[in-house]
Amino acid sequence: MAIEHADVLRAAHLARLGLDEGEAAHYLDDLGRILEMVDQLQALDTEGVAPMAHPLDATQRLRADEVTETDQRDDFQRCAPAVENGLYLVPRVVE
Amino acid sequence: MHDKTLTELAAGLRAGEFSSRELTQDLLGRIDRLDGRLNSFITVTAEQALATAEQADAARAAGKAGPLTGLPLALKDIFCTRGVKTSCGSRMLDNFAAPYDAGVVERLADAGTVSLGKTNMDEFAMGSSNENSFYGPVKNPWDLNAVPGGSSGGSAAAVAAGLVPAAMGTDTGGSIRQPAAFCGITGLKPTYGRVSRYGMIAYASSLDQAGPMARSAADCAQLLKAIAGHDGRDSTCAARGVPDYPAQLDAPLSGLKIGLPREYFGDGLDPAVESAVRDAIKVYESLGATVMDVSLPHTHYAIPAYYVIAPAEASSNLSRYDGVRFGHRCEDPADLIDLYKRSRAEGFGDEVKRRILIGTHTLSEGFFDAYYKKAQQVRRLIRQDFLDAFDEVDVLMGPASPTPAFDLGANKDPVSMYLQDIYTIAVNLAGIPGISVPAGFAGNRPVGLQVLGTHFAEAQLLNVAHQFQQATDWHLRRPAFAEESA
Repeated sequence: MAIEHADVLRAAHLARLGLDEGEAAHYLDDLGRILEMVDQLQALDTEGVAPMAHPLDATQRLRADEVTETDQRDDFQRCAPAVENGLYLVPRVVE
Repeated sequence: MHDKTLTELAAGLRAGEFSSRELTQDLLGRIDRLDGRLNSFITVTAEQALATAEQADAARAAGKAGPLTGLPLALKDIFCTRGVKTSCGSRMLDNFAAPYDAGVVERLADAGTVSLGKTNMDEFAMGSSNENSFYGPVKNPWDLNAVPGGSSGGSAAAVAAGLVPAAMGTDTGGSIRQPAAFCGITGLKPTYGRVSRYGMIAYASSLDQAGPMARSAADCAQLLKAIAGHDGRDSTCAARGVPDYPAQLDAPLSGLKIGLPREYFGDGLDPAVESAVRDAIKVYESLGATVMDVSLPHTHYAIPAYYVIAPAEASSNLSRYDGVRFGHRCEDPADLIDLYKRSRAEGFGDEVKRRILIGTHTLSEGFFDAYYKKAQQVRRLIRQDFLDAFDEVDVLMGPASPTPAFDLGANKDPVSMYLQDIYTIAVNLAGIPGISVPAGFAGNRPVGLQVLGTHFAEAQLLNVAHQFQQATDWHLRRPAFAEESA
């Protein structure tokens, strides 16, 4: 399946990745060739094969319902770009 | 001391020939003198290392030393280490000091090892040459014009150059085995779920696995024993017992059935690599093993399937880098969307962006079934190939990489770089373990023999690799670079 310039811009927006027109053109070429390589998969008949998400087909284990996390807010916010009174700061979103 | 194995260094510490502090000091000096030309470390934690070494010496004096107490090593900069920069090779995390230790880091510390620092890597472990690092490429100590492989290139180069006797790596599509092969060391990718992924920065969560890189299979056995086992903080970490890997190294190989996948000896395989691998297999025959051809018919679909599944998982995992909670943040964002978009555009490098875009595209509406679901179906067929082969043989053998280490800058095209991983990538899709063992040279560059086993067969792989190393001396060869200013 071919990929178009608009697809690259759409993916960049969905991924919240800033990309100008020139960069989108650069990636369009690379992505086109990667998807061409990926398209070899279409040659294979996979009718009735269950998709495999995990190499060991494991199921999620349950643990005892106990408190295991302690308050480490100060530790975790030490590496944040901007915090105030324990809150993360971002540009104003509500006027 | 710098050219000894962990096993030899442990004996030296036990006999009191040198202290952990002396050993650590010696290696820190080598890093200081030699690493400027290799670039294998991103961060050297000298003070912390010396303090830990002194604690190890004190523990030994008090009769409390274990097999790894006081032994130095390095950690790929993908493992979170409390209070220490953990960059994952990315500008995004250049300012990130992890607030906690990864499971692997905790276990190695509990075992008394001494970390000398954090090694260079392809950004977010995406790459096969270590040229995708924000901190610049690593050089191969066997030939400074060659790449060390990737993504655990810093770990491999540091071990090969005698800066550390061992290092931790991670392997999502070959990132332990291929650099181990390129640098002439031993590298083990365990079964998916054998080692905790807690605190190991995620690239593709259904494929990522940590493992040891060292100078011998015996050393890898000691390290795997220390890091393997259940960790409730990683829901995919296997809840099963850890065998005594070192105790099983000496089992004889008579009767071992080796399969040679036809697809691993086909077009594109460098003749000098093939010749070294075939010679290694003759050594196994002389040790009593029998050899037969087998087929892994879906081999050629492994790279296409991987380049759907891994970028899809990466696009999801890397969405956490938002410029808000940690990591790089752009200057003066106009609004929240601008903050996200510019922080990510500035923080990520070219290859990471490429994979985020591919992953986001293939997961998006209208494309999901054709790409992601299809790739997951193919993934099951690939795993079945291996399970069928292991019904007939005990282990599979072949080259770790189709070529020896290539020149820096030689693979500029992303697709041709991806094709480098043809012999390693299916192993991650199937979740089985694999080890790369030094098996000779192509010109002046090392060749790695890859040995594969079924799920949780690490003890067998280590035994098979160790027996080869008892019969050959490829793993004892050291590059001239390591001796230059020794």
